[in-house]
Amino acid sequence: MIDDIAGKVLAGQRLDYDEGMRLFHHPDLPELGMLADYVRWQKHPEPIVTYNIGRNINYTNVCWVRCKFCAFYRPPGHTEGYTLPDEEIFRKIEALVAVGGNEPESCEILMQGGLNPKLKIAYYEGLFSEIVRRYPSVYLHSLSVAEIVYIAHISRITVEEALVRLRTAGLKSLPGAGAEVLDDEVRQEIAYRKETAGEWLDVHRIAHRIGMKSTATMMFGSVETVAHRLKHILLVRDVQDEALARGGGYFTAFISWNFQPEGTELPDTRKATGYDYLRTTAVARLMLDNIENFQDSYVTQGPKIAQIALRYGINDFGSTMMEENVISAGGVSFVMPTGEIERIIRDAGFEPRRRNTRYEPVCEGPATVSETA
Amino acid sequence: MLETFVHRAGLGDIYRKIVDGQRLSFDDGLTLYRNPHLSVIGWLANLVRERLHGDQTFFVRNQHINYTNVCNKGCLFCSFYALPKDPNGYVLTPEQIQDKVRAYAHLPITEIHMVGGVNVRLPYAYYLDIVRAIKTARPDVSLKAFTMIEIEQIRRVSRKPLEEVFGDLMTAGVDALPGGGAEVFSDRVHEELFHAKSDSDKWLDTARAAHRVGLPSNATLLYGHVEQTEEKVYHLVKLRELQDETGGFLAFIPLSWHPERTAISHLPGPTGQADLREIAVARLMLDNVPHIKSFWIMNSPAVTQVALRYGADDMDGSVMEYEITRDPSTDRIQTLTHARMLDMIAEAGRQPVERDALYRIVASPQPRMPAYLEPEAGAAGG
Repeated sequence: MIDDIAGKVLAGQRLDYDEGMRLFHHPDLPELGMLADYVRWQKHPEPIVTYNIGRNINYTNVCWVRCKFCAFYRPPGHTEGYTLPDEEIFRKIEALVAVGGNEPESCEILMQGGLNPKLKIAYYEGLFSEIVRRYPSVYLHSLSVAEIVYIAHISRITVEEALVRLRTAGLKSLPGAGAEVLDDEVRQEIAYRKETAGEWLDVHRIAHRIGMKSTATMMFGSVETVAHRLKHILLVRDVQDEALARGGGYFTAFISWNFQPEGTELPDTRKATGYDYLRTTAVARLMLDNIENFQDSYVTQGPKIAQIALRYGINDFGSTMMEENVISAGGVSFVMPTGEIERIIRDAGFEPRRRNTRYEPVCEGPATVSETA
Repeated sequence: MLETFVHRAGLGDIYRKIVDGQRLSFDDGLTLYRNPHLSVIGWLANLVRERLHGDQTFFVRNQHINYTNVCNKGCLFCSFYALPKDPNGYVLTPEQIQDKVRAYAHLPITEIHMVGGVNVRLPYAYYLDIVRAIKTARPDVSLKAFTMIEIEQIRRVSRKPLEEVFGDLMTAGVDALPGGGAEVFSDRVHEELFHAKSDSDKWLDTARAAHRVGLPSNATLLYGHVEQTEEKVYHLVKLRELQDETGGFLAFIPLSWHPERTAISHLPGPTGQADLREIAVARLMLDNVPHIKSFWIMNSPAVTQVALRYGADDMDGSVMEYEITRDPSTDRIQTLTHARMLDMIAEAGRQPVERDALYRIVASPQPRMPAYLEPEAGAAGG
């Protein structure tokens, strides 16, 4: 049924929308895996699965957006709202550096928070420059489009100016968070106060244009259909085409995970399955022929499906995620020590290798101290 | 064109044998366990699965009963048993078992699965009593009860020949044997993990005797602890030989070992790829066993759904012990689980078939495709 598509994949030809839809409706999962695995080996001929040492820091949970899929936020004025004091952020970073070591820019910090009306650009400039001054082994891969747009807005500057100033302060790259599904009808339903699909793509375009790398994500399994997912994937592919033609920044990786319904305002009736995750991962790998790295989502999928995904186009286990408050606020979260991640990678027939956020090898292995803490 | 991937994976010879309907050798089994191209192996297993069953995917509405946890075998991989003097040990009376059965009288259960420990204090009459108790409370149910290991104990306490014991159990109401206790057919693993229990020859002899008197059984393999690849292939080959002889195996069930609370809990337990591989290799090696079951309680619902594309045609039951222990007044839980099983089967592009313990068809519900796959539902556009 997909012999012609297999032929195009083997010939290294780009797949179109209709072929993508056929793949999404093709129930034979091993066939999708065979194709996606082939592409993975073309891009990464060595039997290596990389991972990163990093942590999330959710510096504030105050957010006025109130996305229905989010169980993490508290509205401004809520008694459970917080903004972490700088010293506490530094303590969290020190705990990461204790595991991740001293190699420059090897430990990823993913700072993400709500849209907090009190935090303007000066807050971030001050915090970021202090972080990189104190901790040279940290690589700041932080903030999301929603935060960038909001910081620019309340600071009365353009997005480009905000990105340039944040980069000067120490921001190295932009995570692809908040892409959800890049379709305004879907966003209207699950995140109507957030940026539009066009705005999300534009901020990444601007980041790429000023030479900043970023990642792209997709949160599937809420109210969208596979047509929405495919449209999302193709929008990302177009922006990546532009970026690669332009030179400068580009998407280093694509990461998809499924919506976690628990604790959100969306009903808990159809949580995406592991089967759907593997299929979506494979189709994304096959369609996104211009993105090198595909990250696993063991936090939402658990170790068994995450390991199977290594044969569905995934070549990277992502960050070891010392802390993750947003998805776990939604009820489900798998956390694995680095040793367990390495075991699972080896068991699947690959060598684990630590990388930095730029996907370059990091010589230093992880320290085993405090892993069990 | 897809065959290209089979040849690139170095599995062309095995593919040819599968297409020609030839039996795979011991060495083919080793290759299938060791070749890294898991999706290709799954694809091969799926060819056989679809040749035998098309899209049919079997499930059952069942109830599990564990009549005693007292056991003197001390298997290192087990977290269930209590030694004979342990205060946590229990034995259910025939009346208690009947109460459990009656508690679910309002649900359309067609199979009861009953196993327990090797409890030497139980008299022969007890076993016949609990079987009759179930059949009295629910005469139409098919009863799958007692592993080969329990059968041996029952025979010992009966002081009768095995054939006569089977006759008594069948008259009382046992319809099939569940096939547990096989573990791994290896003297080495037997010595290391379950030396007090009978070995592979004894297990196979008991199964053979059951099949000969017309009592069908399942077969199992407990994997993911200390076993080696050769031992697993040997296990499958031995089962295949016995099946050639008797034809009595209904289904093979690879059991994904759980380390938690066992004496060897320092071992990590099987990964997701290992789970899928066991299903696929079993489907390919056991060419004469009708059904390959993915037991979701052990390998997780997520892996089981994927396994429906890696050689499995059966996903066991919708009503399990875990849910049975919930408040029976909220039967929403069971209904939901039943609906979820149908959804899982439909999403994987398969046709659900409800069966009983002997794989007689109970119902063929119409699958509902999940809404997100509806092509016209999307605000499509290229």
